Amino acid sequence: MDKPFAITLDVGSSLANRTGSWRTSRPLYVDRLPPCNHACPAGENIQQWLYHAESGDYEAAWHALVENNPLPAIMGRVCYHPCEGACNRGRLDEAVGINSVERFLGDEALKRGWQFKRPAALSGKRVLVVGAGPSGLSAAYHLRRLGHAVKIVEAGPLAGGMMRFGIPKYRLPRDVLDGEVARILDMGVELELNRKVTDIRQTMRDEGFAAAFLAVGAHIAKRAYIPAGEAARMLDAVAVLRDMEGADQPMLGRRVVVYGGGNTALDVARTAKRLGATEAIIVYRRTREKMPAHDFEVEEALQEGVLIKWLSTIKNMADEGTLTVEKMALDDKGFPQPTGEFETLEADSLVLALGQDVDLSLLDNVPGLVIKDGVVQVGPDMMTGFPGLFAGGDMVPSERTVTVAVGHGKKAARHIDAWLRGTKYAPPPKHEIATYDHLNAWYYADAPKTVRPVLDLVRRQSTFDEVVSGLDETNALFEARRCLSCGNCFECDNCYGVCPDNAVIKLGPGKRFEFNYDYCKGCGICVSECPCGAITMVPETI
Amino acid sequence: MSTHDTPTERPTQRQPVKFYQTGTFTVGNRLLPENVRSVQADMRRTNSLNSGHRACQGCGEALGARYAIDAAMQATRNQLIAVNATGCLEVFSTPYPETSWQIPWIHSLFGNAAAVASGVAAAMRVKGHSDVRVVAQGGDGGTTDIGFGCLSGMFERNDDVLYLCYDNEAYMNTGVQRSSATPPGARTATTPAVGRQPGNEFGTGKNVPAIAMAHRIPYVATASVANLRDLEQKVTTAMAIRGARYIHIHVPCPLGWGSAPADTIRIARLAVESGLFPLYEAHDGQVTARTPIRRRVPVDDYLKLQKRFAHLFANEAGKERIALVQAVADRNIAEFGLLAGDDAHG
Ligand SMILES: Cc1cc2nc3c(=O)[nH]c(=O)nc-3n(C[C@H](O)[C@H](O)[C@H](O)COP(=O)(O)OP(=O)(O)OC[C@H]3O[C@@H](n4cnc5c(N)ncnc54)[C@H](O)[C@@H]3O)c2cc1C
Ligand SMILES: Cc1ncc(C[n+]2csc(CCOP(=O)(O)OP(=O)(O)O)c2C)c(N)n1
Ligand code: SF4
Ligand SMILES: [Mg+2]
Repeated sequence: MDKPFAITLDVGSSLANRTGSWRTSRPLYVDRLPPCNHACPAGENIQQWLYHAESGDYEAAWHALVENNPLPAIMGRVCYHPCEGACNRGRLDEAVGINSVERFLGDEALKRGWQFKRPAALSGKRVLVVGAGPSGLSAAYHLRRLGHAVKIVEAGPLAGGMMRFGIPKYRLPRDVLDGEVARILDMGVELELNRKVTDIRQTMRDEGFAAAFLAVGAHIAKRAYIPAGEAARMLDAVAVLRDMEGADQPMLGRRVVVYGGGNTALDVARTAKRLGATEAIIVYRRTREKMPAHDFEVEEALQEGVLIKWLSTIKNMADEGTLTVEKMALDDKGFPQPTGEFETLEADSLVLALGQDVDLSLLDNVPGLVIKDGVVQVGPDMMTGFPGLFAGGDMVPSERTVTVAVGHGKKAARHIDAWLRGTKYAPPPKHEIATYDHLNAWYYADAPKTVRPVLDLVRRQSTFDEVVSGLDETNALFEARRCLSCGNCFECDNCYGVCPDNAVIKLGPGKRFEFNYDYCKGCGICVSECPCGAITMVPETI
Repeated sequence: MSTHDTPTERPTQRQPVKFYQTGTFTVGNRLLPENVRSVQADMRRTNSLNSGHRACQGCGEALGARYAIDAAMQATRNQLIAVNATGCLEVFSTPYPETSWQIPWIHSLFGNAAAVASGVAAAMRVKGHSDVRVVAQGGDGGTTDIGFGCLSGMFERNDDVLYLCYDNEAYMNTGVQRSSATPPGARTATTPAVGRQPGNEFGTGKNVPAIAMAHRIPYVATASVANLRDLEQKVTTAMAIRGARYIHIHVPCPLGWGSAPADTIRIARLAVESGLFPLYEAHDGQVTARTPIRRRVPVDDYLKLQKRFAHLFANEAGKERIALVQAVADRNIAEFGLLAGDDAHG
């Protein structure tokens, strides 16, 4: 034994001492559901595509985005972004500008010609899609990616639905719409224009479709009974906006009154301004707080000189274009009640923007359908009461937005795919939501939201140029990096650093981390110091 | 000893980092170039204090020691010898014949670490190993009380040693007895929370970083396990200097402080953010930099997470004492200008 004086044992490593046995609870890596993803009607994995954008890999970000939504450049303009309302960063300073990054990615894709992935294998099944609005386009895209042959039949002369014949150009330039539609068709989706489906069962039978997705929208303008002289010019909003896409612009005159309080009313009033109206007045029954239109839209319209008369109803319209308007007052329950007080307004035309109904005539011969409040009832799988017939978008009960329509299209596609295969589509279980209290916000750098540039007012009042511009690369990158990565590891190395027992193994870039339970004592520092709430503690079972 | 053959060159000066999601607040950041990430983020870090040590769950001292020694290893290209005073760090890392140390390491006595380190440094010089550097490390008891004479001598002779004090504010290894670093009001085994003046007295205390500065040694700094980048930058700076250097590191002790093991870093952070533990560095006896408070908090936030201060929240008299603690924090903030400007790296 060749050892120094008084030494009897060889030097050993403390690794022999498995301190993991002290543990009473263990840390576990988890993926929680970011609130933005949870709030997205199209089911986008926002946190994931932002993650790619953060490192400047915009193409990977775009591909992750279009896994769920094939229309990012459109979404980045017209989506009402409930994601931003739910964003945890809103509790810290301001929500991440998700919508503006989405638009940047969408525009990059159009600029650089990025294409969708092609289906891996073809199923040999044919699916009919009725209507080329956002819901139909989304369903066609997802069905195609799943390998089916898809044909869209569209009554109008061009694809897009309300995105083309409703939403004005100054909010959604048509080259953007055309670009995103073309990319879907490029996948091998067939589109037949100028053909209205009048009998869905007949069409399916005649052309051998195994299943169909209906997305005909809601295009019949609702009317209100307003006594009017014969020469009074009364129009409906959808028709006016539709005509904007035709060769002849609608004649509205110099003084235009719009009746209604939704987004459509605002779009018509703003359009009237651009067409040269000196006065565009919106008459609405209730108060601003009750108006269904979004705040930012009201704000933009007011900036452009649109006037709004709150708490007012239109009683009649005389030949000379004189409108009688009655003032309303809110009762204790918050409902508007007539006051008997009248005033008059001069108008060259009155545009009614009171909402739309669904044209259900193509469904006349379908047994088993349930129609309630003028819309077609569907199950959680988007299937109507008639097997093989699915429906979504504005024609089914739900919020009427482009994003909801896209979400319906995706969901229906997955269920149609399963139905064609004789199986049931089971969506993956949802993770627990990564609420703000799961985060350790200390670690995030302070960074206020980037504001998108806005077109100057003169041009907004006279042209149909796009009002809100996009972010440039640096801004978009900055904005993406404001994301907190709620509930999903973004490899900040905190757990790896803060463990007093070196019990976290770093697996390398993109591979995240692992716990070494031989030495983890279960102190839980990694859980406390994880910025994004991607670690949880569970009791040890003995 | 594990080897890094190509250590990453790290700047000794704090670099302003543009906005990168978490900036340098987190240990790593996949968006930053490798050489500006922390040593702890490195997959090849030395892990100088290895797994299997017997420190309690959530031990701040074990964490602080690995942070500091790994950074010193990086800075010296692994040419480092550590001398350890008696205390928890020594006891939990080296139960005979096991060791957790992956570097040359020596322990002699409770009070003589500074003197032993001076001797090791002299021996290296005599043997011509000018690249081999020496650190001494000990707890607050071993540093501010029993080892204080040796430490002052090491300073006064300007021996080429970096002394690291891991301050957990009491003699933890022998069961939480008061030291000259125990804060006023804290309950320890020898300053129980009874009588008219419960807990440790509100005396004048012993501020060892200030005493070190009074020796006009080349470098003195305070650091915290709550601010890794700051700590590593200070160790790296210290290793680039020859002569006597001192870094005083705040390391919470869940057992002695009566805090949750998971809260170790949170508590250290609250000490910094309340102003109770100011972070600064001094060259040649002059304060040259301070780490500003990012989000100021009242001392209550810090105190209430620790059972050693529970009696302060029990009655009116306690409230007055909390006000006194707050006054200490306020004085630190004013003295060091901890709110001035915001050159926080983000
Ligand atoms: C003026 C206006 C502005 C809006 N602004 C926004 C906005 O900013 N953001 C937002 O999210 N939402 C907005 N919306 C709502 C949004 O446009 C709709 O919710 C969405 O377009 C509904 O999509 P869809 O696919 O269900 O129907 P639609 O977009 O209406 O598309 C239905 C398509 O089906 C076709 N079709 C109908 N019947 C048949 C048939 N029998 N055979 C063949 N084809 C048929 C139609 O021609 C049409 O192309 C707005 C709506 C309007 C009217
Ligand atoms: C001369 C001497 N007196 C007393 C002791 C007993 N002793 C061992 S460790 C220790 C306390 C160490 O306290 P500190 O230096 O603060 O380190 P900590 O354990 O708190 O990290 C004491 C008193 C000793 N080893 N030698
Ligand atoms: S911070 Fe990022 S992950 Fe969290 S809600 Fe906002 S966008 Fe989604
Ligand atoms: Mg101590």
